[in-house]
Amino acid sequence: MSMDIHATHDHNDAHAGHHDHEHHHEESFVSKYVFSMDHKTISRQFLVTAVIMAVIGMMMSVIFRLQLAWPHEGFALTNFLLGDKWAPKGVLDPNMYMALVTLHGTIMVFMVLTGGLSGTFSNLLIPYQVGARDMASGFLNMLSYWFFFASSLVMLLSCFLETGPASGGWTVYPPLSAVAEFMPGSGLGMTFWLVSMSLFIVSSLLGGLNYIITVINFRTKGMSMTRLPLTVWAFFITAILGVLSFPVLFSAALLLIFDRSFGTSFYLSDIIVNGAPLEQTGGSPILYQHLFWFLGHPEVYIILLPALGLASEIISVNSRKPIFGYRAMIGSMLAIGFLSFIVWGHHMFITGMNPFLGSVFVFTTLLIAIPSAVKAFNYITTLWKGNIQFTPAMLFAVGLVSTFISGGVTGIILADSALDIPVHDTYFVVAHFHIVMGLSAILGMLGGVYHWFPKLFLRKMNKTMGYIHFWITFVCAYGVFFPMHFLGLAGVPRRYYTNSEMPMFDNLMDINVLITCFAILAALGQLLFLFNFFYSIFRGEKSEQNPYNSNTLEWTTPMAHTHGNWPGALPVVHRWPYDYSKPGEEADFIPQTVPLRPGEVDGGGHH
Amino acid sequence: MVQLLIYLAIVLLIVAVSQLARVFELASALKGGLKNKPTEKDNRVNGRLWMVYLISFFAFIIWQFINYGPRTLPEAASESGVKLDWLFNFNMVIIFIVFVITHILLFFFAFKYYGRDKNRATFFPHNNKLELIWTSVPAAVLAVIIFLGLKLWSEITTPANDKTSEVIEIYTKQFDFTIRYAGTDNTLGKANYKLVQGANVLGLDSADANGHDDKIVKGELHLPKNKEISFKIRSQDVIHSVYFPYHRAQMNSVPGMTTMIHFKPTITTAEMRKKLKDDKFDYYILCNKICGTSHYAMKCLVVVDTPEEYAAWLKKQPEFMPSTAVTGGTAIAEPKKDEKGM
Repeated sequence: MSMDIHATHDHNDAHAGHHDHEHHHEESFVSKYVFSMDHKTISRQFLVTAVIMAVIGMMMSVIFRLQLAWPHEGFALTNFLLGDKWAPKGVLDPNMYMALVTLHGTIMVFMVLTGGLSGTFSNLLIPYQVGARDMASGFLNMLSYWFFFASSLVMLLSCFLETGPASGGWTVYPPLSAVAEFMPGSGLGMTFWLVSMSLFIVSSLLGGLNYIITVINFRTKGMSMTRLPLTVWAFFITAILGVLSFPVLFSAALLLIFDRSFGTSFYLSDIIVNGAPLEQTGGSPILYQHLFWFLGHPEVYIILLPALGLASEIISVNSRKPIFGYRAMIGSMLAIGFLSFIVWGHHMFITGMNPFLGSVFVFTTLLIAIPSAVKAFNYITTLWKGNIQFTPAMLFAVGLVSTFISGGVTGIILADSALDIPVHDTYFVVAHFHIVMGLSAILGMLGGVYHWFPKLFLRKMNKTMGYIHFWITFVCAYGVFFPMHFLGLAGVPRRYYTNSEMPMFDNLMDINVLITCFAILAALGQLLFLFNFFYSIFRGEKSEQNPYNSNTLEWTTPMAHTHGNWPGALPVVHRWPYDYSKPGEEADFIPQTVPLRPGEVDGGGHH
Repeated sequence: MVQLLIYLAIVLLIVAVSQLARVFELASALKGGLKNKPTEKDNRVNGRLWMVYLISFFAFIIWQFINYGPRTLPEAASESGVKLDWLFNFNMVIIFIVFVITHILLFFFAFKYYGRDKNRATFFPHNNKLELIWTSVPAAVLAVIIFLGLKLWSEITTPANDKTSEVIEIYTKQFDFTIRYAGTDNTLGKANYKLVQGANVLGLDSADANGHDDKIVKGELHLPKNKEISFKIRSQDVIHSVYFPYHRAQMNSVPGMTTMIHFKPTITTAEMRKKLKDDKFDYYILCNKICGTSHYAMKCLVVVDTPEEYAAWLKKQPEFMPSTAVTGGTAIAEPKKDEKGM
């Protein structure tokens, strides 16, 4: 295969006179690695922080899975990690169980799959793939990371409070989260949670605005919106969702702060605390749920869309085929993004919300199944008659398509208000959202790390360890979450410290043991990834410039962290990014910088 | 023992991995070149593994249906629950078919089209006909699902007629349930949270005569078979959820408002025990919304009686402010153990 097509064009398109970007002023350690404004460094900062947070979040889940499988049994591991106060003789304290469940959710949803996923890949790929020297505002971008860092730090610090961290579930519904007397975690831990989330929202907004502006204004010559890779489309739509919905979460958090600290009663009404009526009255706890889920549902897609975007690119490149239905994919993402704003009520079917309003949300929610189905079929068709190169990233991307489908279909049950009644808040829901959102997003993120590792760290990750890592992860993924459907159908509510208090669940113990065994194995499997990740950063095989023979612009930059990305002039784009295996061409890929031949139709042959 | 094994496994794994990595390094140093690019052999092995995965995944699912299926909730014990179960299963069949077909296609394609050095992929960027099919077919199926779902939803949520149904209040607090029966007038008396004090655990307003014959029972709910029950649900502190798993009914209890559900129990506790061949079987309400430290232990026994048994049991429970009472005080019953069940 001819590796030098793009290289030739680099030279052809190079305009002399812009070479000053190459010779940048010397940077100090602090400005280069700590308070860096370079999108590549910020991307790596997000990634490493997210990896650390993911390990913490995963360890939390292992601890509470041990408790669920062997309730009231002591574990040295639990005691070692939590100490005698929260795990006397290794038996997990019920309050700490609640706290771990809460922090596991918060950390995974926000720090890993929102901050980590968008932060890493939007930062890395938007400037690279649109052909920009950097983000619109490097300074705001830097602030975005450091707010994220502060937010993660505050969240972790809350683990060391005397009353423990927030423990009302990751949704922190008031009044439980509003009144300190209702559970220990609703004291100072909850304050820390709110501070951390507020910082996170600031980070997310700074990042999101940057991504949007960069995509709109900083596309290089020839890079029309319909020549953008699907990754960039996904990040773009994600950023819009975030900018529109995170402020609403901020309002929810702010009103909660007022209720907790300043005696207002936005969410409080008719409450008795310690035998005496609470003075604050006249509010509605349901208001909080409306505000929370107005972010909460788009948040699901803020997590999922970037992963789908990464998968689109990985699947197309490694199938050596154009992504099937490029425009339909964009249309689906736009439809999903739009619909995600008018479905939040499906989290609230049984809160006493007007049933007619519930019906409207049923309708809008089930509509999302259509663009989702289109996406799933398009991925499958992209594999059809491909010449699939199974890099570790490709395995993860195919895995993502599987979890996207198998988690998505159970959503059809949960979106149907009547059918939601018996399984609402049970393990059926836990299974559903972990598979469709948690697994899909983490598989997409891991795939992204393997695929773009050369752009992140100029080296490659070890392939064989990647294969083993994938198969362990993918076997355990379904091993953990598939049986949970049956727990849900047996009526087991989520967030129970133990199922041993309910005689009706006595015959389900072995299911919990199986799940926990898979969870432990999955966690051990991630050690392989961690080793591979950190080892390859320093000692991995050095990567060539375009290791996968890809078309997109990031592979036209040299394998070096050049400030300004391209040493010469910015590349000029002449075609869509998916010309793989185009008939009549010798090479099975044509980079975007290659001009169209006379008579050649762009965009996969729209005549 | 378990933790020892875990530690051991972690240590062994780390040792194994680092040794493995060293071997890779040495091996690739000998070969030279692009060691981390997938070879045709890698593609073939991983392609086959997708087929192995497909088969074992489906085998695992079938195993679960055989093993775990019988342990899911038994037949619905309420009228609306039976309809709900039918629709649930109907939807399950649809999604299961979709799941199976798409997974066979996905994993089979991953296997069949694994990369060969000599092969070249087919340029197939889009096809309007195909895209039209897989937009319109799901849309049509969803139309059916939405129609049936909303039909049942409006049936279940149409408010009960409180004149003809049995009115019962469920009052939640950390971490128990208190039940109030509406008495002979079948009307619940007014309550105010500011009146909750001492024995007046529900804050009943003694000025409201409707409440005088109300009967308050802690931690045990009796229901008559084949009668529509209209539940009024209140909460004292945080949001709880009143979850009747066997009756397929659930509603949150929200401080500051009264929420409602209704259903008609169709199988008594005794009948269900016979059906399940389990003398110890009991219906329960579970709390299904995170409500604090002891959330996991918050439950309420539910006893479904024949109408006669129900009437007899209810008669024995004291009224809130009996008109003939000597003391004039309030009364809250603690159910006696021997009244359970039958």
